[in-house]
Amino acid sequence: MKVDTLPTSLKTRPSFEKIEAWPLSLLLLSLILATPILVVASSVFFPAGDIWEHLLDTVLTRYVKNSAALMLGVSIGVLALGILPAWLVSAYRFPGRAIFEWALLLPLAIPAYIIAYTYTGMLDVAGPLQSALRETFDWRYGDYWFPEIRSLGGAIAMLSLVFYPYVYLLCRAAFAEQSGSVMEAARSLGCTPRGAFVRVAMPLARPAIVVGLSIALMETLADYGTVQYFGLSTFTTGIYRTWNGLGSSVGAAQLAALLMCFVFVLVSLESASRRQSQFFNTGSRVRPGARVPLHGVELVGAYMACGLPVLFGFLVPFTQLAVWAGLTAETILTRDFFGYFLNSVTLAVITALAALALALFIAYGKRLYPSRSSTAASRVLGLGYALPGTVVAIGVLLPFAWLDNRLSAFLLARFDTNPGLLLSGTAFILVFAYLVRFLPIAMNTVEAGLGKIKPSMDEAGRSMGLRPAIMLRRIHMPMMRGSLVTALLLVFVDVMKELPATLLLRPFNFNTLAIRTYELANEERLADAAGPALAIVLASLIPVILLSLSLRPSAGALEEADIINKNSNTTGKES
Amino acid sequence: MTSPALQLDDVSVHLSDQLIVDGVSFTVPAGGIGCLLGASGCGKTTLLRAIAGFVPLSGGRVLLDGREISAQGRSLAIEQRRVGMVFQDHSLFPHLTVKENIGFGLHTVARRERDARVAELAALLEIEALLDAYPHRLSGGQQQRVAIARAMAPRPEVLLLDEPFSSLDVELRETLAREIRAVLKAEGVTAILVSHNQFEAFAMADAIGVVKTGRLLQWDNAFNLYHTPASLAVADFVGEGVLIAGHKVDEHAVETELGLIDTRQIQDFNLPDCEDISLLLRPDDVFHDDDSPIKARIVEKAFRGAVFLYTLELTSGTRVLSLAPSHHDHAIGEPMGIRLDVEHLVAFPKLPIA
Repeated sequence: MKVDTLPTSLKTRPSFEKIEAWPLSLLLLSLILATPILVVASSVFFPAGDIWEHLLDTVLTRYVKNSAALMLGVSIGVLALGILPAWLVSAYRFPGRAIFEWALLLPLAIPAYIIAYTYTGMLDVAGPLQSALRETFDWRYGDYWFPEIRSLGGAIAMLSLVFYPYVYLLCRAAFAEQSGSVMEAARSLGCTPRGAFVRVAMPLARPAIVVGLSIALMETLADYGTVQYFGLSTFTTGIYRTWNGLGSSVGAAQLAALLMCFVFVLVSLESASRRQSQFFNTGSRVRPGARVPLHGVELVGAYMACGLPVLFGFLVPFTQLAVWAGLTAETILTRDFFGYFLNSVTLAVITALAALALALFIAYGKRLYPSRSSTAASRVLGLGYALPGTVVAIGVLLPFAWLDNRLSAFLLARFDTNPGLLLSGTAFILVFAYLVRFLPIAMNTVEAGLGKIKPSMDEAGRSMGLRPAIMLRRIHMPMMRGSLVTALLLVFVDVMKELPATLLLRPFNFNTLAIRTYELANEERLADAAGPALAIVLASLIPVILLSLSLRPSAGALEEADIINKNSNTTGKES
Repeated sequence: MTSPALQLDDVSVHLSDQLIVDGVSFTVPAGGIGCLLGASGCGKTTLLRAIAGFVPLSGGRVLLDGREISAQGRSLAIEQRRVGMVFQDHSLFPHLTVKENIGFGLHTVARRERDARVAELAALLEIEALLDAYPHRLSGGQQQRVAIARAMAPRPEVLLLDEPFSSLDVELRETLAREIRAVLKAEGVTAILVSHNQFEAFAMADAIGVVKTGRLLQWDNAFNLYHTPASLAVADFVGEGVLIAGHKVDEHAVETELGLIDTRQIQDFNLPDCEDISLLLRPDDVFHDDDSPIKARIVEKAFRGAVFLYTLELTSGTRVLSLAPSHHDHAIGEPMGIRLDVEHLVAFPKLPIA
């Protein structure tokens, strides 16, 4: 051991309890946080009575069909909207290129359900567009054809508009990583610029595109607000309906298990692509490729390809929200609104702090005691983000309800008091569910920050006699302050946006901004919903701005992908 | 089927308003191998990229077989100029196998013909066993061979190699350089190599151009560059050696610290028109001779296998280099007898003392 060569005064006594404690509590923690997954998965072994037959007979095929159609449509949508702009801003030079580079990310700030409410308000029969058409041409309702926004096609359009940035971001990072000389090699071997794109740049970016697509599809499967509002029966609405409408918890859990299978296919697709992309690394970035200027028709085309997604994915809905919020400000800015705001912020702050503490504990434990089991534990924890909010909610609610029943029975027998539902009836269960879902984001960010600190720093600290916990506080945490703040912000915003889990798990009469938006929209008070919706969008802009800053040329392409890639389960960092 | 001659005519290149290549002219005859030699940042790679068409010319022109392929404001598209390029980092396509990499430039060619060409090059470069492997499986030397095969597959009119051996182990470089030279000669391809390593250049090229701050200082074969450098800068960059002061007594004699040099016994010399001159002494000009009256103290010695390279200090403090067979093993600090045996006298006007 190296320690033996140190002067006696500097020797740290090996403390065996500590060496055991950290990995053990890590394992325990992952087990607790993995309960929802295990509960949902094991639900398939329980009989659900005739509810399953009922589902099979009536709606199940519709769920599968709609979810599959949605996934197919969104795939086409995000690929069409994401790849071309990524290529344009990477390989070409045109006025405004640098602005488009980050502006293309803006739609990420608008949750899917909010863009759906906004466009419905604008394009519905009573909306401003159709009203204007009727007035101008003196038509009456039924005289003309207008695309129905509340449809499968409408949902595909909405989800594509807000999820394409995942494809754009990963694709852009892949293009940026490609060594310029690879493209030059293709040119010198007789390829035209377009030929080089098709034969070299695209195939090289393919794994990254698949990763971005998988993330977009996971979000699609997780979406509840949009499909619910558009009246589409998919897995998420089905789970909610089976739970609330049919009152069958086991049936809902089994539906959730089925949905989880879809998700795991996506997760394995994503991790396989990530592994492949390591081999597609073109190595030392000797020279980034020179950007070619665009002229004439091509320039107009580039502005269309880069401008339209930003226009319809962000500018139009954002402006509409702002206008509505301005109109309804008087009725919206009531004490109730600030109550919802406070609820949202409180939940988000508590969850963010808890997630950061756990993430530090896990990531640092992995650094101190790297082992197969700690890697496996953090992988299991990482799965949470891929899970739709409805699945997490079901997986959390079932064990908590059971625990609550036991607890109150015990308290009743022992102390003769019934405190009610201590866990599942309070905000505690919400925070727990959020942690299951969003801890991976904090973990990813913290691990990325920790990874940048060289191991020699640890050795230096150890050689000066610091214990691990003190070293974390005095060396690592100050050095990675940026990552810690980022982790807090990302979790904060995701909690602010979260809808389906909050809807299922919130305590009675407990409202948040997201819930209020949902309720008002479902009462067809879309203009009134704009206030809380705008508050959520403004909060969501923070991480998007952070992400945009990281796009500056100095920042590594991988780094930016790290921040957005919330799926730590598949990053394969241990390799 | 030798490829055509490449001619550069007063070529200049600006990169972001900075003059990088300044009026370079040279010709590589059909099937010849030229080398641009210079320290990093001297503009040699930019010049190579200008020939390939990756950067535009700001002056002069590039001709292939008398046909203009680049001039100021005019440039044949890269994919139409039929230049092959071997990149410093090899830049193999990671998503394609070795076979697909080599065949990449032949996609318009019939499959059977393409396979035949790939097989031919694989045999020539001894990489037949690797054809189905992906690039990340290959060692640096193997990647290098694939990169060369890929560049040569479409039978380019000129092959450009950018520091082709810089990412390889030192031991590999010279052997590979000689081997690649044989392959290029077998294919009869006109080639230009960029290197900062003179031994690589000597091993591979027929003619070498020394480049400094964007200017071509001298274009000549290796022997002449070494023994008759046109300028002090070339003498300084190519080979080892020291400058010692000399005094021209008359047209036939130069007085130095190491004795009088009689130029009538030297076949090859140029004397500047001034009395005080600097003479370039290569290590092989200074012979070890125990009987010589001139003694010098050994300051440093480097073992090079067959020979020792001694750094010697004369009584005046001037240092010279000397190569001696390695069985003449003397200790540092010992005096050693030396005598001059100059075959090529290289002299420059004496430099003002800096």
